[in-house]
Amino acid sequence: MFVRGLKRKCFDGEEDIEGTLAGIKAIPSYNLQRQSLLDMSLVKLQLCHMLVEPNLCRSVLIANTVRQIQEEMTQDGTWQMINTQSTGQASLDRLVSTDILCRSSRDQAEGKHVPSYGTFNKDFESDQAQDSSETMSTASSVQAPRNLQSNVWEMENPQENKGNFQKSLDQIFETLENKSPNSVEDLFSEVDNSYYDLDTMLTGMMSNTKMGHCDGLETFSSPTNTASNSNCKSDLNELDHIVEILVES
Amino acid sequence: FPAGFGSLMQDVLWCFSQVKGTIDIGVTEADIISTVEFNHTGELLATGDKGGRVVIFQREQESKNQPHRRGEYNVYSTFQSHEPEFDYLKSLEIEEKINKIRWLPQQNAAYFLLSTNDKTVKLWKVSERDKRPEGYNLKDEDGRLRDPSMITMLRVPVLRPMDLMVEATPRRVFANAHTYHINSISVNSDYETYMSADDLRINLWNFEITNQSFNIVDIKPANMEELTEVITAAEFHPHHCNTFVYSSSKGTIRLCDMRTAALCDRHAKFFEEPEDPSNRSFFSEIISSISDVKFSHSGRYIMTRDYLTVKVWDLNMENRPIETYQVHDYLRSKLCSLYENDCIFDKFECVWNGSDSVIMTGSYNNFFRMFDRNTKRDVTLEASRENSKPRAILKPRKVCMGGKRRKDEISVDSLDFSKKILHTAWHPSENIIAVAATNNLYIFQDKVN
Repeated sequence: MFVRGLKRKCFDGEEDIEGTLAGIKAIPSYNLQRQSLLDMSLVKLQLCHMLVEPNLCRSVLIANTVRQIQEEMTQDGTWQMINTQSTGQASLDRLVSTDILCRSSRDQAEGKHVPSYGTFNKDFESDQAQDSSETMSTASSVQAPRNLQSNVWEMENPQENKGNFQKSLDQIFETLENKSPNSVEDLFSEVDNSYYDLDTMLTGMMSNTKMGHCDGLETFSSPTNTASNSNCKSDLNELDHIVEILVES
Repeated sequence: FPAGFGSLMQDVLWCFSQVKGTIDIGVTEADIISTVEFNHTGELLATGDKGGRVVIFQREQESKNQPHRRGEYNVYSTFQSHEPEFDYLKSLEIEEKINKIRWLPQQNAAYFLLSTNDKTVKLWKVSERDKRPEGYNLKDEDGRLRDPSMITMLRVPVLRPMDLMVEATPRRVFANAHTYHINSISVNSDYETYMSADDLRINLWNFEITNQSFNIVDIKPANMEELTEVITAAEFHPHHCNTFVYSSSKGTIRLCDMRTAALCDRHAKFFEEPEDPSNRSFFSEIISSISDVKFSHSGRYIMTRDYLTVKVWDLNMENRPIETYQVHDYLRSKLCSLYENDCIFDKFECVWNGSDSVIMTGSYNNFFRMFDRNTKRDVTLEASRENSKPRAILKPRKVCMGGKRRKDEISVDSLDFSKKILHTAWHPSENIIAVAATNNLYIFQDKVN
């Protein structure tokens, strides 16, 4: 229907395997799905505020979904460093946070509550990463809380981790009021045709993963895109200033 | 009890009447119809498209010679309502897409309508000209000025008949009042004022005054970071000029009374259905977001459309709707995919028939659904070129969830999600409906016996 040849690991009913737990492999199914949904939502938020005309209702709904997931993850203790910078090619190995995969002692039936940490199964991780990589890539460029624990993801731009997730969500909203055309616009110009073509969407996202957290913001502070990550911090301050002016006008 | 008025579902057979638009396989973006609206008598049918154009169709007089051709709609006027603009401050394009058209009741020979894009509302006057003056003294028939020294006598210009010409002129432009995107306009029953609603604010206008509007609802938080809810639709009560409703992205409806305060931040009534815990998912809020709200003609009920259902509310009961109709519940298990491809954000509209006994809304695969409130029967019909023989009766369609598919059924996975019926309209007193399918406008009528 939507995707050709890709395994679906969404909440769609026909893929529900939560009831058929067979060993460790099936345990993070719910968490994985939730993670995928979170990644997808963040990508959507990021992409949508690069469009010429962002739809505020859509953005608000997606942001609320992200908050919901965050709250639930905070409650059941799985909220750690979830997202990070992903400039350049998003390595598919990084798709799923190791921390989530470490949770091996879930309740079998309900499977939502994660009581304790289990042992790390390396083989399992690569399997799961492979599976989830087929759903989508994480071209997310939202800031993420720093996780000082075992974090497989390379911190390519450590200077940009200014704060926590909530702050990055706020920044998205601030920038929602200030858009500028971006190459990503091409991705959406034919949205009617590629509605259910995940391949196209992924391709588009991959080719635009150059945009880190700062890309969209940089277009305001400096027309000539330096793309230097070390400038991000000062650029962001400048952006806040600009946003203040624009919003108040 | 006029025939065709308030007919029950089992008595009504819907037939194809007309289709407007090209059959091209590649659809030009600008031709996509974005709004459809009958005027108050049903004589005129207006459409707006993404290219900022308005096309008005007029129903031709029924002739005794051809009774089966019950008043076809033909193009009456076409004009460019809105042009693309550029907001230099924000470096944003302002789309020329017509979001809504609303007719004013007719008060003289001319027709008036409001059309709006994301930022600007315009009042258009559509009038006929079938006479022109001839015999000017100072200029000749071509319009060239005559040499005054050559004029030896005076005559009185006379009006002579000419070919009918329909002119559309912009009479008022209501601009610069909306920071966010306008989603609704609604003419008040006093015919002197109207409202325009964007994501966060609702403004009240007087038709005569374009440089001023009153803000009557403002839900913008002081801190935009706290924004969690937006306005999705708004409408005035059909009879009470002080009452209006607006819906939100959280599935709530607020009814406000303008007499209580200048700024209607506090609602008079608050309609919300408690959430069903068994159906809770991460998509619950998104699918509860109301995409359209419409008062019944009687003014006693409101109808709301969210992603999967249509609900009818009694104005006197705020805690739950009195009726809920499933539009395409088979999509409930596909929500993640629909979220992924953004279909879950599609904004479907809904309409009442003239007697408030039947409601209609669109779906995917060019399907649209009708629900009879009295008999509780429903039907799924399709707007397609295949069923476009004149007066061909539309065959009910059926979607099967899984398992064994019957001969005429279509499976959920075969549905075309790029073919969505977002905009429909129902004639105010007859069983004539207009259905916008991307760039085509279908007109269906009930069967004439």
